[in-house]
Amino acid sequence: MPEGIAAILNALPYLLQGSFVTIVVVIGAMALGLVMGVPFAVGQVYGGPIVRRVIGVYVWFFRGVPLLVLLFLFYFGLCSLLDINLSAFTVAIIVLGSISSAYQSQIFRGTILSLPEGQLKAARALGMSDTRAIVFVIIPQALRLSIPAWSNEYSIVLKDSAVTYALGVAEIMARTHFVATRTYQHLPLYLAAGVIYLLLTYLGVKALRMIESGTRIPGYTR
Amino acid sequence: MESEPILVVENIKKAFGPRVILKGVSMAIRRGELKVLIGPSGAGKSTFLQCINFLVTPDAGEIRLEGRPIHHSRKRELYAYRQQVGMIFQDFNLFDHLTALDNVMIGLVRVKGMDRKSARERAMAEIERVGLKEHAGHYPAQLSGGQKQRISIARALAMDPKVMLLDEPTSALDPELIGEVLAVIRDLVANGMTMVMATHQIGFSRAMANEIIFMEDGLIVEQGPPSVILSDARCERTKEFCSKITELYGEAS
Repeated sequence: MPEGIAAILNALPYLLQGSFVTIVVVIGAMALGLVMGVPFAVGQVYGGPIVRRVIGVYVWFFRGVPLLVLLFLFYFGLCSLLDINLSAFTVAIIVLGSISSAYQSQIFRGTILSLPEGQLKAARALGMSDTRAIVFVIIPQALRLSIPAWSNEYSIVLKDSAVTYALGVAEIMARTHFVATRTYQHLPLYLAAGVIYLLLTYLGVKALRMIESGTRIPGYTR
Repeated sequence: MESEPILVVENIKKAFGPRVILKGVSMAIRRGELKVLIGPSGAGKSTFLQCINFLVTPDAGEIRLEGRPIHHSRKRELYAYRQQVGMIFQDFNLFDHLTALDNVMIGLVRVKGMDRKSARERAMAEIERVGLKEHAGHYPAQLSGGQKQRISIARALAMDPKVMLLDEPTSALDPELIGEVLAVIRDLVANGMTMVMATHQIGFSRAMANEIIFMEDGLIVEQGPPSVILSDARCERTKEFCSKITELYGEAS
């Protein structure tokens, strides 16, 4: 086993650089998912039949097609068809973010629907337009209530990011695979990779807990 | 009472699917009047009040404020109209994520486009008026029911409404908190606010209302001054209902 430990120690700086790539991919994908997911949720709750239909198809598509298929479809398929040159790293963020936006939109849709109807009524009664009521009254409350489900989404995106190694993104999994096939120390290195993922999950969920308690509305119990 | 009515509501009809809630309800109110709506639950009082500011869109009927008909399909006109018609809800509907002060300020800042400093001053003045200066920094969840309702009245008053609609403002309150809210409403009457209020506070209505309107099954059954409706109603059904709620809610206000 000492060679195993030596292999981990030797590979560690290289793997930690990979963690940095993983973190950037995950944060990028979560942010993209948030920026797209919120308007999708609003559209699904308040939009007309056509808007709801279009978003429904989008959600159905990105929730239904496997991640690996989507990655290859975008990277090898769409990029060459449209003749655009995107790095594997960028495609990873776009694909993970698009999938996450589908899931996040359903999180936000649920929390928007869970708000009492009177919140929107009271805003309208003040003469507020629906757009303003949604931006200033509905979304700030819905986002707070979404954080617990959001931390679940974070841990899923984190783990999904390992699949982007198939495109050659130099994240944790790709680097572990690279070192393991050279040193034949598969067991210790994949154990090390697993531990790094566990730590990242722990830290991320912890950070979201802190955001959750930091944004909690005083006196509000839910 | 020589003046023109400030708010005229004509022949409002509303059905939710096969359920007809309002079968043609009309009302005219003059400046400074208080009209009280009474009637059993399901009579359509709440739907009627919400039709007046188009929170519920009427199927038919016309509403005129100061003689001008409101076209609710024109968004700008609708928003401008709603600013002039304050609404108080049974369950307060304060914005849960905002402090009492921000609840009162939000309409001034986000609807009237006032700068934050003058909005804050105006909001504080309204909060003082309902006697809650020390609670301005509290969130709704930290306030009692009576305090929440008083803040919601301050929120409506800050918009300088010409008319206020109150939908059973004390029904969700513990008995010992009703008095503080009625005191604020009494103050509004004294200051000449025009109001339509659904309530079963009979003692309050007897003392303060210009007219009591008895509704049942989506129609106005009878209306008149409190002295007539409460003690000497023509219609049997009105009499029966009034004696029941008088028994239940008492005479004291």
